[in-house]
Amino acid sequence: MVAKTAILQQVIEFRDKLFDLQPQIRRTNFSLSKPFRQTETCPILELQNVLVRFNETLALDNISFQLRKGERVALVGPNGAGKSTLFNVIAGILRPTQGQVNLPHALIKDKNEQFAIAYVPQRNQVDWRFPVNAAEVVMMGRVGQLGLFHWPKRKDWDMVYEALELVGMAKLAKRQIGELSGGQQQRVFIARALAQQAELILMDEPLTGLDMQSQEDIFAILEKLRQRQVTVMVATHDLNLAAERFDRLMLLKQRLIGFGTASEVFTTDLLRQAYNGQLRLLETNNGTVVVEDSCCGGGHG
Amino acid sequence: MVELLLTPLSYPFMVRGLTAAIIVGVVCAVLGTYIVLRGMALFGDALAHAILPGVVVGYLLGGGNEIWLSFGGLVAGILTALGIGLLNQGKVKEDTATGVMFAGMFALGIALLSTVRSYTVDLTHFLFGNVLGVSNYNLWLSGIFGSLVILTIILFYKELLVISFDPILAQTLHLPTKFLNNLLLLLIAVTIVLSLQTVGLALMSAMLVTPAATASLLTRHLPVMMILSATIGAASAVIGLYLSFYVNIASGPAIVLTCTFFFMLAFANQRL
Repeated sequence: MVAKTAILQQVIEFRDKLFDLQPQIRRTNFSLSKPFRQTETCPILELQNVLVRFNETLALDNISFQLRKGERVALVGPNGAGKSTLFNVIAGILRPTQGQVNLPHALIKDKNEQFAIAYVPQRNQVDWRFPVNAAEVVMMGRVGQLGLFHWPKRKDWDMVYEALELVGMAKLAKRQIGELSGGQQQRVFIARALAQQAELILMDEPLTGLDMQSQEDIFAILEKLRQRQVTVMVATHDLNLAAERFDRLMLLKQRLIGFGTASEVFTTDLLRQAYNGQLRLLETNNGTVVVEDSCCGGGHG
Repeated sequence: MVELLLTPLSYPFMVRGLTAAIIVGVVCAVLGTYIVLRGMALFGDALAHAILPGVVVGYLLGGGNEIWLSFGGLVAGILTALGIGLLNQGKVKEDTATGVMFAGMFALGIALLSTVRSYTVDLTHFLFGNVLGVSNYNLWLSGIFGSLVILTIILFYKELLVISFDPILAQTLHLPTKFLNNLLLLLIAVTIVLSLQTVGLALMSAMLVTPAATASLLTRHLPVMMILSATIGAASAVIGLYLSFYVNIASGPAIVLTCTFFFMLAFANQRL
């Protein structure tokens, strides 16, 4: 029996060498109930002079910024500003034409342990008819850490249900995802990011099309994430929500027009630079009022 | 009734044909769930047509030896799958790339085959299959490669699930996405080759798509969908072959029509 196991181990090692699979597998000893690492200081992510060009079109131009641990950042900008492109660069899906994405936090860690970034896609990018239920979607977040040829164990299912519990979806765990409401679907994907043990969660338009109550539910969850020191970056078209509910705002239009608190970023000058004719700025006695002039449905920023 | 069922089994060619058809029905149907879920139905059809030149070259070189046929088909299948991938990386859209490769390879196959005197008979066999002419060798080939395909799908179940449902997640999880995509293409190519003699190239996409599409109407749970799809695939194979035996119609189309009938039933059931 022992010999058999040893042979199996050798076969697995050989296979991993052959396909170069082992480096892809991350293993961490982390439980959802423990708080996230607290010893690290900011920043958790740094972009240096990032430039992305698609053929002749400049999608992102000379972007540099740092994200702090546990903060909540809103990414705003008109359609085609490069919001999704920026997310893709941060998530490591798209390699920038020039510049660097640094994860200083990860560098001081064990080499094999990678910094986990989760991506919550726009709702219109998901096939909601796909035959999976909420718990199975959340389990997908564990697949990277399980490694090839390993089936989810009790511990993994516990983490899945803990994540679902945190977003208030444990009771609907067995529902097919298409049968959930928009807000519930969004919460399932946040739970997936939690199961993935993400330290930075990127959300693409999570609030679009949700009613007030569902939006409030999402913000309540974002508050819990803040307590866990999870950094959250949200792309949104809603400038009011961005100003009221986020620590910092990033105003993007290919270039980084502004990055700071609402009062620093939402100035007449910067908004004009970013939105040009797509926003109307009305000067009133109480300051500038922003009136959105463009429709934003389902655009890829 | 029992006699109706047993009579065909007294012919060895029917027993071999039934076994082959069941294997093909199950393997195609299980793999087909991924084809349906990923919207690759057109791709499966194109790939099936595109292996024709490989099969013909194998036929011409091997003088009808089945090992050559399968090998030629497999090589052409892999080349086409990779070729579509390559074209797709450029400025050509995927469905356009698929259309171009499909027609080009199919024409090449027919052109090569037209150099042979028994052209029309051979072409008919390649296009529509000849399940009653399945040899023992072919049965073994289907059995071994069919098991390998199913085993691979089970082993890579969760990775294939992630890459089908959310390719971006697969990338952020650092899964070997390229390897997994190519693996799926390889599985489709192997399945097409092992189904060649049973349903033929022209009707292949029905076996790959219809049972899975039927199952997708009946359940919203992937493992159940796979089992249901396999059951429908196998049942269609058996019913189709009996139909072909008693009604005296070609076996490949009989199997495919049974599949289509099941799909219509499921569709009507959903509408009611």
